[in-house]
Amino acid sequence: MASTIKVKTKFLGDVVQVKSLMQHPMETGARKDPDNGFIIPAHHITQLIFTNNGKQVMVANFSTAVSKNPYFSFSFKGAKAGDTLIISWVDNIGEKGELETQLK
Amino acid sequence: MNKAITAGLIFLFTLAVYQPAFAGPAEDRRAFVAYFESRFPDIPFAEYANGIYAIDQDARNQWIEIEEFPPYEFAVDQGESLWQEKFADGKGYSDCFNSSKAGVRQNYPRVDGLSGEVITLDMAINLCREQHGQKSFEFGSEEILALSAYIAFESRGNVFNIIVAEDDPQALAAYEEGKRFYYSKRGQLNLSCADCHVASAGQYVRADRLSSSLGHPTHFPVYRSKFGSMLSLHQRVAGCIRDVRAKPFDLQSPEYRNLEYFLTYMSNGLEANGPGARK
Repeated sequence: MASTIKVKTKFLGDVVQVKSLMQHPMETGARKDPDNGFIIPAHHITQLIFTNNGKQVMVANFSTAVSKNPYFSFSFKGAKAGDTLIISWVDNIGEKGELETQLK
Repeated sequence: MNKAITAGLIFLFTLAVYQPAFAGPAEDRRAFVAYFESRFPDIPFAEYANGIYAIDQDARNQWIEIEEFPPYEFAVDQGESLWQEKFADGKGYSDCFNSSKAGVRQNYPRVDGLSGEVITLDMAINLCREQHGQKSFEFGSEEILALSAYIAFESRGNVFNIIVAEDDPQALAAYEEGKRFYYSKRGQLNLSCADCHVASAGQYVRADRLSSSLGHPTHFPVYRSKFGSMLSLHQRVAGCIRDVRAKPFDLQSPEYRNLEYFLTYMSNGLEANGPGARK
């Protein structure tokens, strides 16, 4: 299985634009299984962290309101091409996802 | 059996009655395309492959943003690894499709010379699996959607050229069945496919605008943001049929396959541009 995170970065002047897509079911815990009527347990990302060269540049606290396979985009200043960007998420049942990429 | 005979008789009768006005598939297609050209003179022919985004500028802007980071990429990745899998007998999908590349989307649906049935891409995938002793996928399952998404992705830019041979009665019958399905009123709302997607194409149904039927099948399967998953053409048609308050047919039923045959023939000359991203 390929990584569960996809990322694209683009420099717009001195600002770098980060676009990312994560594969995650993002179950709210309020939905019922149409086949048997049982509640599908909550399973969603709780925290998403972007770290550029060891420095956190974006931290997002997610909860049930974010849709399946979340798309997350933001921009930040002060980065240069070749910097290492690490994207990592952790969800409410302790699963983790991580991806390392070089800015370009 | 009786039903089949009656249906056959009705069909023959219909043919007999409409004989003077009977137009072949090629004439049908010219008229179909000409209608949309006169209705939307500003839209170039190739743009119809983009469905509603050829017509609705607001929706198009959103779609272009989405396409910068397409949500169907996960399905394409999954489809690629499925495509490369070898069956128990050492063969793979490429052996069935007679091609090392997966770019075969534009060749489907086609009419099988032996059975006279319309073979869609989803069916061809399952036939391939059965041939090599594998269990077939359930239609509409994640695997078959991923595989067809990968095949569509690899086929991008190839031009649809569905053949309805005028001297092949089976192909003509399938085409006519599909055409009849397309123009038949159904459901409590008493609407045919053409009522919305030809006569009212571009107009609003509640907050959304109706797409034109020219170009309908080119971008399937699609990622629907509404469901957060991939969707096949037949699932989409079933959705439409439910919306007019009729009972949908089974996926890959003869009715839908004939319809797909007709619809895809109408879109001949357009590029395969699946998988698409839709609201």
